[in-house]
Amino acid sequence: MPDMARKTTTARKATVTALAWTVGFLIFFPVLWTFLTSFKTEGEAIAAPPSFLFFDWTVENYLTVNERSDYPRHFWNSVVIAVGSTLLGVLIAIPAAWSLAFVPGRRTRDVLMWMLSTKMMPAVGVLVPMYLIFRDTGLLDTKSGLVGVLTLVNLPIIVWMLYTYFKEIPAEILEAARMDGAGLRSEIIYVLAPMAVPGIASTILLNIILAWNEAFWTLNLAAAKAAPLTAFIASYSSPEGLFYAKLSAASTMAIAPILILGWFSQKQLVRGLTFGAVK
Amino acid sequence: MGRITLRNVSKRFGEVAVIPSINLEIGDGEFVVFVGPSGCGKSTLLRLIAGLEDVSGGVIEIDGVNATGLPPAKRGLAMVFQSYALYPHMSVRRNIAFPLKMAGMDPAEIARKVEAAAAVLNLTGYLDRRPGQLSGGQRQRVAIGRAIVREPKAFLFDEPLSNLDAALRVNMRLEISELHQALKTTMIYVTHDQVEAMTMADKIVVVNQGRIEQVGSPLDLYRAPANLFVAGFIGSPKMNLIGGPEAARHGAVTMGLRPEHIDLSTSAGTWRGTVGISEHLGSDTFLRVQVEGPGMITVRTGGDSGLRHGDAVFLTPQTGRMHRFDADGKAMA
Amino acid sequence: MATQHSRTAARLMISPAVILLFLWMIVPLAMTLYFSFLRYNLLMPGMEEWAGFSNYRYFLTDPAFFTALRNTLVLVLGVLMITVTGGILLALLLDQPMWGQGIVRILVIAPFFVMPTVSALVWTNMFMNPVNGLFAHAAKAMGLQPYDFLAQSPLLSITLIVAWQWLPFATLILLTALQSLDSEQMEAAAMDGAGPLSRFVYITVPHLTRSITVVILIQTIFLLSVFAEILVTTNGGPGTASTTLTYLVYVQSMLQFDVGGGAAGGIVAVILANVVAIFLMRMIGRNLDA
Repeated sequence: MPDMARKTTTARKATVTALAWTVGFLIFFPVLWTFLTSFKTEGEAIAAPPSFLFFDWTVENYLTVNERSDYPRHFWNSVVIAVGSTLLGVLIAIPAAWSLAFVPGRRTRDVLMWMLSTKMMPAVGVLVPMYLIFRDTGLLDTKSGLVGVLTLVNLPIIVWMLYTYFKEIPAEILEAARMDGAGLRSEIIYVLAPMAVPGIASTILLNIILAWNEAFWTLNLAAAKAAPLTAFIASYSSPEGLFYAKLSAASTMAIAPILILGWFSQKQLVRGLTFGAVK
Repeated sequence: MGRITLRNVSKRFGEVAVIPSINLEIGDGEFVVFVGPSGCGKSTLLRLIAGLEDVSGGVIEIDGVNATGLPPAKRGLAMVFQSYALYPHMSVRRNIAFPLKMAGMDPAEIARKVEAAAAVLNLTGYLDRRPGQLSGGQRQRVAIGRAIVREPKAFLFDEPLSNLDAALRVNMRLEISELHQALKTTMIYVTHDQVEAMTMADKIVVVNQGRIEQVGSPLDLYRAPANLFVAGFIGSPKMNLIGGPEAARHGAVTMGLRPEHIDLSTSAGTWRGTVGISEHLGSDTFLRVQVEGPGMITVRTGGDSGLRHGDAVFLTPQTGRMHRFDADGKAMA
Repeated sequence: MATQHSRTAARLMISPAVILLFLWMIVPLAMTLYFSFLRYNLLMPGMEEWAGFSNYRYFLTDPAFFTALRNTLVLVLGVLMITVTGGILLALLLDQPMWGQGIVRILVIAPFFVMPTVSALVWTNMFMNPVNGLFAHAAKAMGLQPYDFLAQSPLLSITLIVAWQWLPFATLILLTALQSLDSEQMEAAAMDGAGPLSRFVYITVPHLTRSITVVILIQTIFLLSVFAEILVTTNGGPGTASTTLTYLVYVQSMLQFDVGGGAAGGIVAVILANVVAIFLMRMIGRNLDA
């Protein structure tokens, strides 16, 4: 009897495995296909029937994309904008989250909700003035301008994430530090920050991903010089002639770093993006 | 050094007066225990002394200096928290050294003091471990170590033993008492456990609903509880409190009799009753006796009592051991 | 539960964030409001004049507005339906014992990290293109006429692309929620004689409700501002067939340089988003432990 039970479980497990792998493969397929196409020649990329693995692998597309379109500069722009806006945001958000988590008052909840509500304001509602402000202050198509805007766009999420992480640190430990003679600065530097390192790290990781993929402000406020990868890739939308393989190569390079970061942060992703409501 | 004076200290959270007004004098070197039921304000009182909360009114003096507005760091007190509040990311060594580092002490001096404290607390072998790798009792010792290295004016303990199991609790109780004997520093200890209060304190402060019900030595409180609350709170098992005509016969609204102050007989006595549940502790037996008139009475008897459920017994209160309370619950002379 | 010192410090430490966000919210919005009452075209600088409500009249009576409103609703609701249903099914599947669950998780989560412009371009060109797309190849191989997704059903195509991006998010959250379900609860229910179906209906579903709400709330925030996917695929077309409110305002202000009209549209979008937001914040408030 127990033997039979084990057998049915194994059969069931095999079915589930087959089904799950198929579904997973299908969902992942566009990413895989992009990756494979990036190693084909333009001719093979549109050949019918398409070849899956058995084609002449070439890295020519990567070389062409790198030479012709100044890809490294856009990549660098993406790095500066995503990392810069995240670090700036975290710097502003850590003290704010400390206040909200450890000195809660009657208005704490309202402040948190208000911050979140700024996320709900449609960006398009302030597109015109932002465009004009940027144009008149010379921030249009600059990295610092985009860093500033993305800091503000993601600040509510950063505050919220840090807040949920900080709230898990027992207030008694900070009080112990106070009793031990630590001032506010020492309390944050020696006790809170080291204890919150995992939380701060996943906040940073997640917001780099969000900022890297942000595609409203980057598309509207940067045309050429400061354009990050989102805008660079968008320039492929009206191409001439054969371009699938090059599009794939550029896309692969644009998404690969963030895909890898993302795979590392998938646990924290849930918690972070649901503001601690799902853990 | 370590004299703490509270004058008209009060604390409100919004509309709620957690502590209406308290006056208290704690002498240098005293071991004072704040005891009371949970939510009575005893922990708040400790946090007010620590400076972790602001007073709403009144003055706190430490060694004659007004400390009411001082931040915790400037009061020269050390605290051991209920959860120990050790810094999980620091080794035991760095935990104990932290207050000294904050005080800007010379590293060699810090190392010397930490070693000394570790030796006293049997932590020498554990200095390089993290708090997460220690047992509950060891964590407790680290918390104490962190407190003693600073040589504070007074130690504050906030229910420090409530996270330990029963056997360990007894051990730590002794260790803290011994520490007090050795250091002779003022200690203020908060607990809801009256056994801890009775066994450790020089002076017990019974707190109820933000008010001090009585202050005195353990035996004072045991022998002469000032009111019904203290009478019911101090002593285990609880004092029998009897109302109605039985109390009226002695000129009181309520009369109190401790289980150990009632004589038990199988032949004759003041009250006749029937044995209900009995609790055998080995050294003692506590009988719950249903008595006509006074009701259920708890009686202590010897460990070898052969009485069983349903047996008929006679009870006689010992003269002069009776406590009498008036309509306000105050003890009558 | 704190002292005056710490409260003062707290106020000081939170003020940079609050002030910045306040300015970010109020300054551009006030400007938008002001522009919305002007006749203001970037091609004719210096010709600004007071226009009263004419921008609003123009925007609200434009048939494109109603199309955009409808399209926005279809897109948001469509993506929500696909991702929530798909997410529940996938989460239930992935929660079963299997080999290589970690790898399947990695495969499933991948689309979420793909930047919107990349996923839109890859889908339109390499899959949905009627000549060289993979779907066209497949149709031809089966002897069918290739379907021109973006020309014949542009909104549906965009909905599918966006749904592909957000399906991982819903799946991952619901899977996490499922895994946090106390197995003792399930065992207790089994002991009480509940079959697999009643266990699902009476225990799993109630347990998931909160997470489903959270998925809906957070996705809505992001879906209302879907932009890049439209820009690089259809440009809102053909005609206005795939123009959402966000995209309509963009066209008006950035392509037609009609600042006044775009601003009026922006204010309308803000008002509508606020209606949704108030409704959502109520739900969020109940589901987040602030």
